[in-house]
Amino acid sequence: MAVVTSTARRRRSRARQTAGAKRSWGLTLGTGIVLIYSVLPLIWLIVNATKTQQDLRSSFGLWFAQDFALFDNIARALTYDDSVFIRWFLNTLLYVVAGAGGATLISTIGGYGLAKFDFAGKKAIFAVIIGAVAVPGTALAVPTFLLFSSVQLTNNPLSVIIPSLVAPFGLYLMWVYSTDAIPVDLLDAARIDGAGEFKIFRRIGLPLLGPGIVTVLLFTTVANWNNYFLPLIMIRNPDWYPLTVGINSWNTQASTAGGEAIFDLVITGSLLMIIPIIVIFLYLQRYWQSGLAAGGVKQ
Amino acid sequence: MKLKKSRRTTIAVAGVAASALLLAACSSGTDGGGGDSGGAEPIDAEQVAEEGGDLLIWGWGNAMEPMVEGFMEAYPNVNAELVNVGTGTDHYTAVENAIQAGSGIPDVIVMEYQAVSQFALNGTLADLSGYGADQYTDTFTPGTWDAVQFDDGIYTLPMSSGPMALFYNQSVFDEHNIDVPETWEEFLEAGRALKEADPNAYIANDTGSANLLQGLMWQQGYQPYQVDGENVTISFDSPEVENYTALWQQLIDEDLVAPISDWSDEWYQGLADGTIATLVSGAWMPANFESGVQGAAGDWRVAPMPQWESGAQSSAENGGSGLGVVDASENQELAYAFVEWATTGDGVQTRLNDTFPATTADLESEEFLSLESDYFGGQRINEIFAESAANVPEGWSFLPYQVYANSILNDNIGTAYTGDTPLAEGLQSWQDALVAYGQDQGFTVNG
Repeated sequence: MAVVTSTARRRRSRARQTAGAKRSWGLTLGTGIVLIYSVLPLIWLIVNATKTQQDLRSSFGLWFAQDFALFDNIARALTYDDSVFIRWFLNTLLYVVAGAGGATLISTIGGYGLAKFDFAGKKAIFAVIIGAVAVPGTALAVPTFLLFSSVQLTNNPLSVIIPSLVAPFGLYLMWVYSTDAIPVDLLDAARIDGAGEFKIFRRIGLPLLGPGIVTVLLFTTVANWNNYFLPLIMIRNPDWYPLTVGINSWNTQASTAGGEAIFDLVITGSLLMIIPIIVIFLYLQRYWQSGLAAGGVKQ
Repeated sequence: MKLKKSRRTTIAVAGVAASALLLAACSSGTDGGGGDSGGAEPIDAEQVAEEGGDLLIWGWGNAMEPMVEGFMEAYPNVNAELVNVGTGTDHYTAVENAIQAGSGIPDVIVMEYQAVSQFALNGTLADLSGYGADQYTDTFTPGTWDAVQFDDGIYTLPMSSGPMALFYNQSVFDEHNIDVPETWEEFLEAGRALKEADPNAYIANDTGSANLLQGLMWQQGYQPYQVDGENVTISFDSPEVENYTALWQQLIDEDLVAPISDWSDEWYQGLADGTIATLVSGAWMPANFESGVQGAAGDWRVAPMPQWESGAQSSAENGGSGLGVVDASENQELAYAFVEWATTGDGVQTRLNDTFPATTADLESEEFLSLESDYFGGQRINEIFAESAANVPEGWSFLPYQVYANSILNDNIGTAYTGDTPLAEGLQSWQDALVAYGQDQGFTVNG
């Protein structure tokens, strides 16, 4: 969230410089409030990851306690319960690479096809995709569970990966993006030169679609990294949990008879969990921004 | 649990038929001892375990691992896998999902006593009496033995128990010169004295806890739920319940109980910093104190539960769980062999320091009773819990939808804590909701 805000601010300040607009106090104040609102939880997380479990309760939430236990906490989070955290991290990576990667691939091919080929029923497909965008994934989780249980695929990594491959919004975005980013004349020229359709897609379509692909990849990655409900009901074996479900299971074990309270590890684990997604976001952001700019100006 | 009556009966019938077939097919056991049930021969658990096989065990808590490892050590041909699919409600959801999905079904599951009848009735748990479980009548404490039986069947064997006691923060009591209460009347007075001495301190916390509320009825020997097959009677109309509402209403009205829910962050904090001076809970609580309330190590002590009449010695159970065999398991005999070993055999010793036992022999053993707890200032806390376990009134039963019932308690009596609704009225509204839900589920409910 912090990243989004600072990006927005930077973009806005750049716009202000180019337009030579006057400083708006109201806007600055408003942005400041939003900034604090969005950054505060992050600061809380960082500060509290440095505390021991005892200090978590006895010290002020937004400042450091006397003992600096961050490294000890990280070491314990990584080794607790036979290093299950690392296993969950690798699972999350698997779900993201296979799920987000697959979803992006399918969206790209599908969006390109829908944008560049005419066939009967295209309007109907359009309606279905728009309709699908409106249905939240959480609402589909239970029917999906019943579907997968009837083919005995629950409690299996595939039951998390396969539903993730379906990304209606990604498909819609690639469709719209392909329509604008790839001139039909270019494709016709290639056809006249005798290139096959798949070759045209690979050599002409894909390079032009780069920014769009990165955009779709970015948000499917975020969606998969944060996916909670689907793996929660599909996966019963903790060995296949993603980090979201795993860390929550650490959190809930404190509220049962005989369960060990490890709030310090829950907080440290949450901090470790968001680091990769911040890195990915910052890294992919460049492509994403250039993509938005490329579409925004008529040449 | 959404099955209507007709379908539930079908499943139950199918379940019984299946286990009858299974027992008929496996009646080669040579052990003739023990009781008989429905003509089925008890199995020789020792021999079954020697032969070995694969076992999938679902459960939580630190007692599970040493127990499962101990079993595999004792019987090298057994390959048991222990999986923690979640705690409490998460665990039950996972069990239901696995059975619904028909794959990856565990053989043995941990089952809290309050959930036993629910999962016995819907056919999830196998009746263990046919395997010879009925010979253990005198092995377990009366409270836990009541809890594992339903409709003449035995659906788990008790693993742990939670005889209730009063946990209190001695440094808080010492600081304000208040005596530790021995009766509920004294508890109320101690609450007033504490409030006067320190307006920020509370004698207890509560926002409506089913375990506490039922414990206080149980302690008086009153059973609000009567279950006979599909006939359920719910009644909170009794002098014992009035005793409870009268006491608790005063505690609420005079702001003597902290408006903090059990298990919340604030709760752990309050236990650590002296805001919450006592806690009436089960014998499993010391483990949670040690991991979650480290800051107050040495401050807390354990005393018997306050009594309704001076000089009485009555108690109740709170929580605790048994080990059950899943009816859909393809490995029921080995599963039973494990359950029997874990709850009545050498398995009990493997976890004696991790859970509070339900076996009378261990509760009377000198070694167990003389254990001194560092957290509780070197106090021999097991003596108090063991005495409590022996003083639990018999005959208690839970609703066959107790997990759901507990989950809606706060919706109904919560306003007694936050608004002006009398506690008795909240209890009435809970009863009405329980009657309506039970009827929806196909039970015949009187309330």
